[in-house]
Amino acid sequence: MAKHAALSEKFIADEPRTDWHDETLWFVRQKRDKAAHGLPGWEQLRELASQIKNHTLSNLEKYLRQFEQQAKANGITVHWAADGDEHNKIIHDIIRKHNIEKIVKSKSMLTEECHLNEYLLHQGIEVVDTDLGERIVQFRKEPPSHIVLPAIHLKKQDVSETFHKYLQTEKGNNDPQYLTEAARQHLRDKFIQSELAITGVNFAVAETGGFVVCTNEGNADMGAHTAAVHIACMGFEKIIPKAEHLAVFLRLLARSATGQAITTYSSHFLKARRGQEMHIVIVDNGRSKQLGRKDFRNSLKCIRCAACFNTCPVYRRSGGHSYHTAVAGPLGSIINPNMDMKANADLPFASTLCGSCSNVCPVKIDIHEQLWKWRQVVVAEGYVDASKKTGMRGMAYILAKPGMYRFAGKMGRWVMRTFPFMINNKLNAWYKQREMPEVPKQSFRDWYLKNRGK
Amino acid sequence: MRVGLFIPCYIDQFYPQVAIATLQLLEKLGCNVSFPLQQTCCGQPMANSGFAGLSKGCDKNFVKNFSGFDYVVAPSGSCVLHIKEHLEDQGHPKEAERIRNNVYELTEFLTDILKVQHINASFPHSVGFHNSCHGQRGLHLSSMTETMLPAFSKPEQLLNMVKGIQLSNPERRDECCGFGGTFCVFEEAVSVKMGKDRIKEHEVNAVEYITGGDVSCLMHLEGILKRKGSSVKTIHIAEILNSEL
Repeated sequence: MAKHAALSEKFIADEPRTDWHDETLWFVRQKRDKAAHGLPGWEQLRELASQIKNHTLSNLEKYLRQFEQQAKANGITVHWAADGDEHNKIIHDIIRKHNIEKIVKSKSMLTEECHLNEYLLHQGIEVVDTDLGERIVQFRKEPPSHIVLPAIHLKKQDVSETFHKYLQTEKGNNDPQYLTEAARQHLRDKFIQSELAITGVNFAVAETGGFVVCTNEGNADMGAHTAAVHIACMGFEKIIPKAEHLAVFLRLLARSATGQAITTYSSHFLKARRGQEMHIVIVDNGRSKQLGRKDFRNSLKCIRCAACFNTCPVYRRSGGHSYHTAVAGPLGSIINPNMDMKANADLPFASTLCGSCSNVCPVKIDIHEQLWKWRQVVVAEGYVDASKKTGMRGMAYILAKPGMYRFAGKMGRWVMRTFPFMINNKLNAWYKQREMPEVPKQSFRDWYLKNRGK
Repeated sequence: MRVGLFIPCYIDQFYPQVAIATLQLLEKLGCNVSFPLQQTCCGQPMANSGFAGLSKGCDKNFVKNFSGFDYVVAPSGSCVLHIKEHLEDQGHPKEAERIRNNVYELTEFLTDILKVQHINASFPHSVGFHNSCHGQRGLHLSSMTETMLPAFSKPEQLLNMVKGIQLSNPERRDECCGFGGTFCVFEEAVSVKMGKDRIKEHEVNAVEYITGGDVSCLMHLEGILKRKGSSVKTIHIAEILNSEL
């Protein structure tokens, strides 16, 4: 069985929890709808955002160089990393140079993608994730299941158990206020002690060399404002040409993500404060390759709002971990096959192609069309079960020949009527939880010949 | 007006009553309809599974059957969308293009081409409407809850002309039912869960029937309904629009 299918079957086995997961994320989708309705010109704003991103992707080298130049002029050290490994080594070098032991990190899906925490742990260095949801999943040694709501697969009872184990909170106390207060005290300690703060980047502005980090908890600021060293990590597609473009993207981002008008904190970083050292690591890690794929390049327009996750009827009922990658959901299914086609060949099929993802996307990525196109690529490259291939070939052969099609149809219907057990059995995935359609004696064509035939 | 009736393969084989209703409805509305006898399948099952290369034979056969009509009409949003987006025939590129431009899903053909204002039909039942994704988001048969654009629905506009019908929408009015072509067997667990959730929302409205423009969605919902012994039935929109007064 394909991986996503097997993992989601496990998830769905707990149906009440699946319902809860579905309803929670649907609530977020509804909040998004409400926020979008409240902003006149929403569709035009999406179009504008899409065009700015398209323009940027077509002039990427120019804007990245401009950004590097401006950032350097502001006193920031700029690093370039070809892949995740290089990204991790750059950060490790900075840590070694300063003999750093205490590290805090605000949410950065890029560092998840590069497996920074695991890499540093291997070197004996612990990174403390400071986003509440991320801290929860970090305690539990789980990856985030959602790029904006990392612990959305967990209920408050789960959090209570986790905090009881790691933060010695009262057993069985599920009060959200109590639990967040415990996390708050725990994290305050970590912030005060931290020597290095790692943050992500939501938008890097080419004309100023500055960058913007959006959080709801202020944890990026808490880290960056206390630590002596700040490293910001960004995939190279985070670049936008001008500061004025933030007026487009900041209005779309939070509304699409959570239905807020704007994130609680949209922090603009331009240069290090006195006595502080600031670094930016710009990462490729497969993005150039994706940029070279004509059908898939515009997936790099993504601003990581996760609206496509929240609207996806499959994601809501299968959970983020069923996608077995750092970035799950419909977006993950169009970017992960580029990174490792063999390991992620199942993901483009984890969709009904309903198209809701493309409709909510604030930068108008044609997500469901790319899912369809990835299916073609995955099959062409041979990452498909032999049995599926044989079945499809047989089907194509029969359906291309009208006489053969009619014979097969007649035989099939006859078998289903005469020997229903041949179809209605365990080998038939349809029949597991659904009845087969009732079989008519004659096809429409038979009827047509009788009633309209000349 | 010469209309070629395109009947998707699984309707031809399993749901002939839907094809009959479509034909009779179009005839009642004054169309000169013929059913090309050598048609088979649009090729979508292969293409959506990643084997678009294998659907060339279907494409060729489709073009052969449907060349020369003013319009090609089918009671399926999904199959029509596939033809619109993917029909190719290197031997007859002009004909393939003409078909891509002239193929219509039944309800959009009724509202946009025939501009139907009245329908002589009666269906005194409580009916829940299911939006099929390919018809809605692919062919834009109705507005979509994700976009901030004016609301409309071509199929509901037609259903509202039917006498006695009590039409309702589920709470999530355009959530996918989970059929998804081969998804329904390769991702069986998610597919069925999605279908069960759709049904639950229709049951809240105490519907007797669930209707829609795609038999594939209805077949999936029907399978789940029958398994749980529900009295709710599925019926294609053509059957309601063709129901006698």
